[in-house]
Amino acid sequence: MKEAKDLSALVQNSGEWLKGTGPESDIVISSRIRLARNVAGFPFIRKCSDDDRKKIERQVRTRLEALNGWEDIQYVDVAALSEIDRQFLVERQLISREIAESEGSRAVAIDPCEQFSVMVNEEDHLRIQVMHSGLDLLSAWDQIDALDNAIEREVLYAFHPQYGYLTACPTNVGTGLRVSVMLHLPGLVITQQIEKVFRSMQRINVTVRGLYGEGSQYTGDFYQVSNQVTLGHTEHELLEMVGNEVVPRIIDYERKARDFLIEKGEQDLHDDVSRALGILSTARKISSEETMHYLSKVRMGVNLGLIDDVEVATINKLFIHTQPAHLQKLHGRVLTTSDRHVERANYLQRHLRDAGASPEELN
Amino acid sequence: MKCQYCDKPATFHITELTQPGGPQILHLCEQHARTVLQKDEPSPIKTITGALAKQLQLGQTKEELKKLDQKECPACGITFFEFRNSGRLGCPMDYIHFESDLTPLLVNIHDALEHTGKRPSRAEANVDTQAELISLRKDMEAAVAREDYEEASRIRDQINEIQGDPKHPGAAS
Repeated sequence: MKEAKDLSALVQNSGEWLKGTGPESDIVISSRIRLARNVAGFPFIRKCSDDDRKKIERQVRTRLEALNGWEDIQYVDVAALSEIDRQFLVERQLISREIAESEGSRAVAIDPCEQFSVMVNEEDHLRIQVMHSGLDLLSAWDQIDALDNAIEREVLYAFHPQYGYLTACPTNVGTGLRVSVMLHLPGLVITQQIEKVFRSMQRINVTVRGLYGEGSQYTGDFYQVSNQVTLGHTEHELLEMVGNEVVPRIIDYERKARDFLIEKGEQDLHDDVSRALGILSTARKISSEETMHYLSKVRMGVNLGLIDDVEVATINKLFIHTQPAHLQKLHGRVLTTSDRHVERANYLQRHLRDAGASPEELN
Repeated sequence: MKCQYCDKPATFHITELTQPGGPQILHLCEQHARTVLQKDEPSPIKTITGALAKQLQLGQTKEELKKLDQKECPACGITFFEFRNSGRLGCPMDYIHFESDLTPLLVNIHDALEHTGKRPSRAEANVDTQAELISLRKDMEAAVAREDYEEASRIRDQINEIQGDPKHPGAAS
């Protein structure tokens, strides 16, 4: 494990999970699993003194350093980062907003492919996360299970025979497992079926959340489906519930909505997605929300074969790289909101006008 | 589980991660879920604490509630009142110390009380030692705060001694 002094290695790349590959990747952006764990013998974060937090961080860092195969893992001291750098990691989904905005000793270990990260001193002492492209929960589970086992050999976890892994919030106790599948559902949004679909899953305990946007307002037609309960089910049962029961049904509904849109008026849809691409590739100033809105249409257009010279991975990457902190990191300086609008438009122009550009060329 | 705004069943469970005060969990009926998801306005009961407060009001007198609020974990010092307000526990021992008070909440959230998933391969941490370590850390902080460095260093030695014992949690392995 090596300490990362800055995030330059991350800025020019993008994570594995954005590649737009894996099962059902026209609709499923990513499969994410996280485990909440706490170090035995310490209070939870809320009752930790500064000194306790430092000790946990130091102890965990030393133990992670001892792990085999962790030579290339970057260890980032989150407390020492600038606000933009912290925001950058949030946009990249490598750390949570909570750890970015909290105080005191805290860190994150990140693998070079950005498939996993381990947050230290978040709401729980350890938050292990694995993220894969497409609907790929089983292999994501195998990876996180192995990581958890490796860490557990070095760090003694707070565990209770009846209640399982003990967590700061009782909503995470037991498995400490949260399975989150990020879905792109523009078809269901356009056809105004989205609520009906969520209603049809009434009896299933899942959480649905809109994603992205500078504010808390969701944009870009992204929805994240997660398990609600963590206690009383095995990890595989929870994976099964989200990955085999809920998500495939939503995928099916989204496909039907897209088919319906094509059947009803392919020309209208084609016009709509082409205009979206037109705006993105010619605008001179554009907000983050507007970008999300049009990128979402273009992404659907690409997946339906209505736009054939842009790759899905390019669109996926643009979703992340046009967010405020990414733009500023790529630009190398702090930008005001209106400067960001101009820079975002420039960035989109550079990468979309050159139709057929591969995502590797986009920096 | 009932909606936090009305008496209809809660069929939408939303975790809001964008609030500065930390994640907030909403249990809502369809109608209120729509309101929350569509509008960006603050909701009257936004957190787990809301659900908890509502639950505690049922079948408890004011005096009972007051007494419960004052209950304190001997290891970390968190009061039930503090937990109720923040939605976050103070230490692993709280699950044991507040067990009878947490049980209805766990049933409400998970509809279960028994972990059936993965277990650590290592021997579980000794509960008494964990509690002792947490309590000693609290005492050490208090000693530092009142500038009693002699006492603080004595406690530190005690912690190190426990940690040095390989049978105990946090011990170097």
